[in-house]
Amino acid sequence: MLKASARKRQAKVGLPLAAKWRRDWQMVLLMIPGVLFLLVFFYLPVLGNVVAFQDFQPYLGIMHSEWNGLQNFVNLYDNPDFWDALRNTLLLAAVQLLLFFPVPIGLALIVDSLVSNRLRRWFQTIAYLPHFLSWVLVVTLFQQSLGGAGFVNNLLRHAGLDPIPFMTNPDTFPLLVVAQLVWKDAGWAMIIFLAALTTVDVSLYEAAAADGAGRWRRMWHITLPSLRTVIVLLLILRIGDILSVGFEQFILQRDSVGPGAAEVLDTFTYYAGVVGGDWSSGAAAGLAKGVVGALLLWGANSLAHRLGEPGIFQRRGA
Amino acid sequence: MRPIWKERPSPGYQAIKALVLGGFALVIVIPILVVISTSLASDRDIIDAGGYVLWPSHPTLKAYQTLFGGGLMGRAILVSVFVTLVGTAIALAVTIALAYATSRPVLFGRPVLLMVLFTLLFAPGIIPMFLMVKQLGLLDSLWSLILPGALGAFNFVVLRTFFMNVPGELLESARIDGASDFTILRRIVLPLSKAVVAVVGLFYAVGFWNAFFNALLYLNDTSKWPVQVILRTYVLQGKSLSADQLGVHPPSQPQSLQMAVVVVALVPIAMVYPFLQRHFTKGVITGAVKG
Repeated sequence: MLKASARKRQAKVGLPLAAKWRRDWQMVLLMIPGVLFLLVFFYLPVLGNVVAFQDFQPYLGIMHSEWNGLQNFVNLYDNPDFWDALRNTLLLAAVQLLLFFPVPIGLALIVDSLVSNRLRRWFQTIAYLPHFLSWVLVVTLFQQSLGGAGFVNNLLRHAGLDPIPFMTNPDTFPLLVVAQLVWKDAGWAMIIFLAALTTVDVSLYEAAAADGAGRWRRMWHITLPSLRTVIVLLLILRIGDILSVGFEQFILQRDSVGPGAAEVLDTFTYYAGVVGGDWSSGAAAGLAKGVVGALLLWGANSLAHRLGEPGIFQRRGA
Repeated sequence: MRPIWKERPSPGYQAIKALVLGGFALVIVIPILVVISTSLASDRDIIDAGGYVLWPSHPTLKAYQTLFGGGLMGRAILVSVFVTLVGTAIALAVTIALAYATSRPVLFGRPVLLMVLFTLLFAPGIIPMFLMVKQLGLLDSLWSLILPGALGAFNFVVLRTFFMNVPGELLESARIDGASDFTILRRIVLPLSKAVVAVVGLFYAVGFWNAFFNALLYLNDTSKWPVQVILRTYVLQGKSLSADQLGVHPPSQPQSLQMAVVVVALVPIAMVYPFLQRHFTKGVITGAVKG
C-alpha cells in the first residue's frame, strides 16, 4: 500500500525529487537571492510583529523583552489619539474612494472620444508625468502654488483679496488630499481604462449607432459594461490599500495641518513608535492596520467573485 | 479619422471637453513651469514679481552654481545617484532571476511564487522593518535605502508575465543543444525582453530616486541625506541651510535656490520620462491584466 501511494505521488509530481533537482538546480539557484530578500525584508519582519504583544525594550531586544499579552491593544483602545488616527484614516479613505476613483474613468472616456490622435498623445504625455514625481515634490509644488506665500495667494493679494489658507486649514484637508491625488495620479490611473477601451469591438458601436443609439446610450450600454471588470479589479486593489491612504503624503503635511486632521494609522505608528519610543504601541497599531487591510482585500475579492467578476488572485497559468 | 457612424459633437459638448482636458493639462504644467522659471530668476526678478516668477527677464544660473558649489546639496545629489544606480542594478538582478526561475514549472517554483504573491496582500509594518534594519546594523548606512527595495512584487509580476510568454519550444531546443538555464536566461530570454527589462529598470530607478520615507526612518546623519529629504527640510519645511552647510553664503532671496532644489529632484525624472512613456503602457497592462 505504501508503495502504491508512493507511486501515485510520483505520478502526480512527475519525476522523483533527485531527478528534479538534477534538472532544475540552476533555476533553484536563481531563486536564492530573491528568497533571501523575502525572508529578511518580509517574512522575518512579519514575525517581528510579535513586539506588539511585548513590552518591547530596544536594549533588551525581542528575545529578552517581557511578554504582556494584549496589553498594548488595550492601551490603544484607551488612547484617544489612536481613535483620532483611525477616524482620520477611514474618513480620508472614504473621501478618496468617492472623489478620486471616478476621475480617471471620466478622463479616460473624454480622451477616448477624442478623434485627433495628436491631441490625445499630447494630453497623455502631460497627464502621465506627475505620477513619476515623488510625494515630496508634489507636496512642495502644491505648497509653492497654494501655500501662504504661494503664487495663487500672491495673485489674490494683488487683486486685493484675502489669501486663502489652502495648505493649512484642517477642515478642508481631505479635499486638499484628494486634489493632490488627482493631480498626481488621475492621469496615470486613466491608462488602464484607456487600454480596456481599446479592446472594445468597434462593430458594436457601429451596430448600435445603426440601430439609432445616440452617444449616451452607446456609452451606457457598451462602453461602461466593457469597463466593468477593470473597474471592479481596481476597486478591490484600492480597498485593500485603503488603510494605507498615502502615507508619505500625510507625514509630509502633518506639521502644517496638525495631527488632528492629518494623523493616520501609519503616521501614528511612526510617531508613537519610532519617534516617541513606544515601540509596542506603534507595532500594535501597525499590526491592526495590516490585518484589517488584508481582510478588506480578501473580502472585496470574494465579493467580486460572488458578482461573477474575476477579481484578483486568480492567476492564469500560475 | 472620424468613423462614419460617429456623430459630430455639438459645439457646447466640444467646449466642455476642451475645458476639462485643457484645464487639467494646464494645472499640471503651470506649477512646474513656475518652479523652473523661478529657479532661473535673478534676485531682482523675484522682488519685482513679489515671489514667484512666470518668466525670468534676467535669467541666471547663480542658484545652480550655489547648489553645485559643494556642501550638503552636492553630497545629497551624489547619494541619490549612488542609491539609484546601485539599487536599480541589484533590484533588476534579483527580480529577473526570481521572475525567470518561477516562470517555468520547476522544483520549488510554485511555493516561491506564492511567497512573492503573499507580499502583495500584507506589509510587515514600519516598526518591525525598522527593528530588522537596525538588527542588520544598516542604520545610518546607504544600504538601508537600497536593500529593502530590492524586490518589488509589481515589477516581479510584470517580468514574470513577460517571461511566461516566451515560447517554451525556443527554450527546449536550446536545452537540447546543451544550453544551461543560466545560458538560456542570458542568451535567449533577456535579449527577447530588452524593452520590458528596461521599463522595469526605470520603474525601480524612479522609485529609488523618489524614496523619501526610508531615508527619514533609517538615516540620522545629515551628510547621508538624499535629495528628497533635503527637498523636504529645506523647501517644504522652510528650514534655512546655514552657510557652512551650503558651502557658500545663502542668497538674499531664497526662492531661486529653493526652486533649484526642486528642479534637481525633477530633472532626472523628466529625462527618463519620454522613454518610460513610450514603453510603460504595455508593461503596466500586461502586468495588471494578465497578472
